[in-house]
Amino acid sequence: MQEFLEFTLGGIAVGMIYAAIALSLVLIWRGTRVLNYSQGGMAMFTTYVAWVVIRDTGSYWAGFAVALAAGLVLGALLEVTVVRPTMGKGPLNSVIVTIGLLILLEGVAGIIYGGQYRSFPPSFSIKGLKVGSVALGISASDLFTAAAVLAAALALFLVFEYTSVGLRLRATAFAPGVTRLLGVRIGRVLTLGWALAGLFGALAGVLVTPSTFLYPNSMDSIFVLGFTAAVIGGLDSPVGGVIGGVLLGVVLSYAGGYLGSNLVLVYGLAALALVLMIRPSGLFSSTASRRV
Amino acid sequence: MNDGSLAIRDVTVRFGGLTALDDVSLTAAPRKITGIIGPNGAGKTTLLNTACGFVRPQSGTVTFDGHPLTGTRAHRLAGLGIARTLQGVGLFKGLTVAENVMVGATPSARAGVWSALFGLPRSDRDERRLRERAMQALAEVGAADLADRMPDTLAYGLRKRVALARALVARPKLLLLDEPASGFPENELPELGELIKKMAAEAGVVVIEHRMDLVMSVCDTIFVLDFGKLIAVGTPAEVQADPAVTAAYLGADGSERTSGEPPPVQEPPGPGAERAEGGGPPRPGADHG
Repeated sequence: MQEFLEFTLGGIAVGMIYAAIALSLVLIWRGTRVLNYSQGGMAMFTTYVAWVVIRDTGSYWAGFAVALAAGLVLGALLEVTVVRPTMGKGPLNSVIVTIGLLILLEGVAGIIYGGQYRSFPPSFSIKGLKVGSVALGISASDLFTAAAVLAAALALFLVFEYTSVGLRLRATAFAPGVTRLLGVRIGRVLTLGWALAGLFGALAGVLVTPSTFLYPNSMDSIFVLGFTAAVIGGLDSPVGGVIGGVLLGVVLSYAGGYLGSNLVLVYGLAALALVLMIRPSGLFSSTASRRV
Repeated sequence: MNDGSLAIRDVTVRFGGLTALDDVSLTAAPRKITGIIGPNGAGKTTLLNTACGFVRPQSGTVTFDGHPLTGTRAHRLAGLGIARTLQGVGLFKGLTVAENVMVGATPSARAGVWSALFGLPRSDRDERRLRERAMQALAEVGAADLADRMPDTLAYGLRKRVALARALVARPKLLLLDEPASGFPENELPELGELIKKMAAEAGVVVIEHRMDLVMSVCDTIFVLDFGKLIAVGTPAEVQADPAVTAAYLGADGSERTSGEPPPVQEPPGPGAERAEGGGPPRPGADHG
């Protein structure tokens, strides 16, 4: 029972990170039908930026803020410069471009920062919390992780539902051609979608890196699990992405805890394969799938 | 002409070897209802697509209120005061009726990305103003009670009303209506006619329509197309009396066309209608996408 509690809470905390990656993928997929394979690379890169800021200023929160800002800028920049020219030229082009971006980002990070593993500080203490004598299996840092992703997801929801910009984002996701006809500059909307995705990726990067160390490939496995979470959620649904992330986190936590932790990524891939076989449109997909 | 009229001059459009429009000229005056009719495949939708800049003609010019429209990017149309409805319905199916109409009004929203993201009051005011305008437009088309419904749950005719409201909400100076009556129940056609006349009190209206009773009762001027050529222009009475028009519709002109079969002129949706892509008009049925 004690173990079960620890695995559950720990799984939720890790799952929130998958949820953040899933949200970043969903944001881009909804707007542009592009699967952004470079999302992990972008998050790795912004985490390096945070690492430099923390090293030079000594302030974790300065690094945290700069990483989020860098995520916004990097997302917008990549959309305008690299992704936009490939739009409408077939799905394969954007796949190759985002994979290329991933390789480029990891290469550049290696050139600038070197390939060695670097430690990255957590937001708060990583000492396990206890209620009375019962260990909860999570730390203050985990609590902050969950709270930060939840707050960001909630903010995203409010923007989507209650602002005119959010309305434009949703309309563009449903039918870009019609939206454009109504006078919306959808190019800007898509740039904003990528910027927000960059922000969520950066958040995930900063939050997860204390437990993975920082190196040019540090986000690869996290990206795969975030992608799995997004697919579980249906790729189209932000709420599904968050639920998918938590679900995956908890399931992998049980698998790692009860079956052994060195195969967690394999379990993740097995979960992905299973979802794709049984329910390819995801557990929470709101719309009939539109295949590219 | 800077008087708010749409002027199409000597326009020729070819798709490969097909001549979809052959030297067509059309003027749509402000606060008048201009009808475009013709048998299937006569080039009506191509003409509308050319009129709003989606299709670039091989020769000829299109201007609205003095502004050239050829090659205009779609999002600029709304800024010029042009609204267009689609042959299908084109509603966003994941948005409520009110939200659908609000999207039509967002270009006038003042709050930028940042104030919306950080929940600044201006964005909140914007949202309320947009909703008020959307409700007003819905009331004008008699669909105010549908505001919170999802488009999927509405009958086709009601969806068409919502699409009309979405075109109206931006207070356009020129309304291009592509088959507004399709899917309207017979007994609601007179009401639709009144609605179109009401729209013409504020804007020029160009309407493509197959339902002749509607066209004849609302239009001030009718342009008749056949095989991409303009074969008649005039008031409803003049057009009805024109033998060339009767011949085109009945296929009794003695040409080689087999009766009842539409002419082989395709009306492709124009370049680049793929979703997630730069330009081009939405396809009919883009609401399914």
